[in-house]
Amino acid sequence: MLAPTFHMLPLTVIRRERKLPYPGKILVRKGQKVGANDAVVEAKLSPKHLMLDIAVGLAVSRTQSERFIRVKPGDRLAKGDLIAGPAGMGKRVMRAPLNCQVILAGSDQVLLELTDNLIQVKAGMSGEVVELISDCGVVIETSGALIQGNWGNGRVDFGVMTVLAKEAGGSLLPDQLDLSMRGAVILGAHCDNEETLNLAQELPVRGLILASMLISLRSVAEKMDYPILLIEGFGSQGMSRPAFKLLANSGRREVSVNAQGWNAFKGVRPEIVIPLPGEGVVAPPRLVERYSVNQQVRSVRAPHTGEIGRLIRLCGTVSFPSGIRTQAAEIQYENGEKAVLPLENLEVFI
Amino acid sequence: MTTGLIDTDSLLLLDVGSISTRALLFDQVRDRYRLLAAGSSRSTAGAPFNNVLEGIFSALEGIQKVTGRTVLGKDQNLIKPSTEFGTGVDTCAATISAGPPLNACIVGLLDDVSLNSARKLASTTFCNVVQTISLNDRQRPEAHIDSFLQAHPDLVIVAGGTDGGASQSVMKLLESVGLACYLMPENQRPVMLFAGNQELKEEVETSLSSLLELHFTENIRPLLDFQQNNAAQSKLAQIYTQIRSRQLSGVMELNSWVNGGLIPSPTGLGRVVRFLSRANESHKGVLGIDVGSAAVTIASAMEGELSLGVYPQFGMGESTGNILEYGNISELKSWLLHDFSEDQLREYLYTKSIHPGSLPVTEAEIDIEHALARFVMRKAVGSLLDIMPEGVGYQGDALLPWMEPLIASGSVLTKAPTLAHCALMLLDGIQPTGVTPFLLDTHHLVPGLGAAAAVNSLLAIQILDSNSLVHLGTVISPVGSARPGTPILRIKVTYENGQETNFDIKYGTIEVLPIPHGKSVRLHLQPLHNFDIGMGAPGRGGTLRQVAGGALGVIIDARGRPFQPPSDLRRRQENYRKWLWTFGVH
Repeated sequence: MLAPTFHMLPLTVIRRERKLPYPGKILVRKGQKVGANDAVVEAKLSPKHLMLDIAVGLAVSRTQSERFIRVKPGDRLAKGDLIAGPAGMGKRVMRAPLNCQVILAGSDQVLLELTDNLIQVKAGMSGEVVELISDCGVVIETSGALIQGNWGNGRVDFGVMTVLAKEAGGSLLPDQLDLSMRGAVILGAHCDNEETLNLAQELPVRGLILASMLISLRSVAEKMDYPILLIEGFGSQGMSRPAFKLLANSGRREVSVNAQGWNAFKGVRPEIVIPLPGEGVVAPPRLVERYSVNQQVRSVRAPHTGEIGRLIRLCGTVSFPSGIRTQAAEIQYENGEKAVLPLENLEVFI
Repeated sequence: MTTGLIDTDSLLLLDVGSISTRALLFDQVRDRYRLLAAGSSRSTAGAPFNNVLEGIFSALEGIQKVTGRTVLGKDQNLIKPSTEFGTGVDTCAATISAGPPLNACIVGLLDDVSLNSARKLASTTFCNVVQTISLNDRQRPEAHIDSFLQAHPDLVIVAGGTDGGASQSVMKLLESVGLACYLMPENQRPVMLFAGNQELKEEVETSLSSLLELHFTENIRPLLDFQQNNAAQSKLAQIYTQIRSRQLSGVMELNSWVNGGLIPSPTGLGRVVRFLSRANESHKGVLGIDVGSAAVTIASAMEGELSLGVYPQFGMGESTGNILEYGNISELKSWLLHDFSEDQLREYLYTKSIHPGSLPVTEAEIDIEHALARFVMRKAVGSLLDIMPEGVGYQGDALLPWMEPLIASGSVLTKAPTLAHCALMLLDGIQPTGVTPFLLDTHHLVPGLGAAAAVNSLLAIQILDSNSLVHLGTVISPVGSARPGTPILRIKVTYENGQETNFDIKYGTIEVLPIPHGKSVRLHLQPLHNFDIGMGAPGRGGTLRQVAGGALGVIIDARGRPFQPPSDLRRRQENYRKWLWTFGVH
């Protein structure tokens, strides 16, 4: 059976595509070193348009209006520049209401693009641009630690990590945050307090990595300007030991927090990258696996949510307390406990 | 039926779903069509494979392993037709529902007329309507352009103008669409289906054909008070497949395996439901529901008139994270048999949305899953009632007209712990009325048969006739309300050996008449207290001459219509325990 994978690696090659859904302008060149927060590609985001009715504006007939148009497609206009006219006894004219660009001009209408709102795709991790994807994106590569998570609030940033979590569980309290953490990425365990999120915004921090958070805080977290990434997900579970160990040992290192939303179809999930010298590491981790004995696996839902164990037996079809019969595997956890879980609930931990 | 009636022998059905890819191999065994083997795999339309064929190969491997029959050549192509060495298959049909729903922009003149028709058309396939443009919205053309560019639709459906009616207003709206398309990169422009005033075809072609890919179909609103969308539905299904071929790798190859006959799964379900309704002698409707991960698809047909609704927002997979936008959390809680906090429920729904293929392990988790299934089925039935033609059968109180039969599929139903759990979910979610045989499509083969019917309808009929669907039982649901404990239905059962038994069914109960599998009985039904069982009028009874038992027997749902579960958790637990016990589940 094909198995989804989940990455938590102390040292690997990380290669990520960063692209727009449509053509834009690539802002970097192949071989260039980039930081997590650097924009690598940009495009105009849903610009505002204005349609001018020349016949109405100049009070001339529709058949005559075209000869009064003084602009052509592509012209960049400053506020007040002449668009059409003068016409008639009153020398009526039409002028650009704002700085804009002419998109279409003809017949009795002129279409203006008023704003240059840019959408920028950030690198999401520091590394090197190894490939340019036509005119819509790039591939960035780095070596380092990679820890994938289960939820992100859509923000991206990087900074030096301050470890506030003393253990894999426990709540991050507002009074644990102080001014010395301004500009840092904070590692906590669990958040059950809205004030903690607000205080982190005020400092501001450049990222918050948690094991879990109460789901009632989701809408608040989504409004924060800094990235919030949950390794395990919503609820109150602590961080898995491997994730905690890897992160807690990375205090004072620079980390990139890409709290992008999970999209299983596109294969993107929130992730943390800790750039490290990667001599001898040559290939990115495998994305495709088939279940087999001795793999490290992680359960994506109850029971044993987020726990990582070793697959010790493929059990064939098994009936579960829910009444569901499906292919299952027996997993042994570090504390010796064993559990039989559906294969559908397991990610292979690489 | 004998072998001579059909040209081809073996049939391979492939279904590429959002979670699973299934392969089903049928062949003739002693003059009857039989399911020889079923294979399934995770679907691979998305990352990391990004090619639907990987999942198909994996599902076919399962079939090859079970049957020892090679269906794939060394070049990874389907061997078709079958060879004298026993390899390959004679016919292949395929359906698809993988990938995110298409983003659609609908354009019409008036909200409650042409736009409404366009919305109904969009709901017949996997679409999310991301923008509407109409005269009613009173927006300036540039606002239409801006929102169009922001919505970035894959598809534009245009309705409006009765035949020979409005033309200038339609063209004015299309001018904005045309301008917006002009501003988009060429390879990102949507496909347009024009289903409006037929007199505008030439003008639309002239002004828009250089900007985007145009398709024309019949006017879905040729008159103000008349709608038609059969041809438009077929056209839209073709367009869906065409867009998917561009978006998802491997779909083009799959389509070539089936000689261009790949269709969206809902189209396949709709075809079978329509076909059965035409063949239905009872003049009742036929209902099909697929409670899938990507969407809930519901199809009903009355004498060949199909109403089809595809609701991605009610899907049991990724959509669950946002499902509470379509209903109150208390609605969901009203079906639960465990005491969950709202936060626990929200956490569950979020986890389900990011791991849509994961399965409930504990009793408490499957309770949420089943509550969710009831919740989405109720929503889908409500949405179907909105698009069904008016004045068909029993209406009102959010109840469906009389249906015979109901065909149900979807993992939450087919993987239920017992058939009784499945039947209870359907009774609660669908609220059938009158007499309704329940058929369960455990292998999700009905949509595929709809696709196969285009190649060989006899073959599809043979398979439908071959007990490939599980007959859960015949359900009798009297419509009305009374005090609990009041007798509302008198039943006389006459067995094959002539023995007779009488039952009085009380309001508020579920009763099951166990009839051995393969046996049938005659039922005389007499509703009391003006209850209606669909035999012509409230209080009118009649005889059902040959009622097959099915897997569960004859089920009488005397809980009244509309049915609401008890609001008190303890009472709800007791009632469901009792009802499951009635089915023999202890």
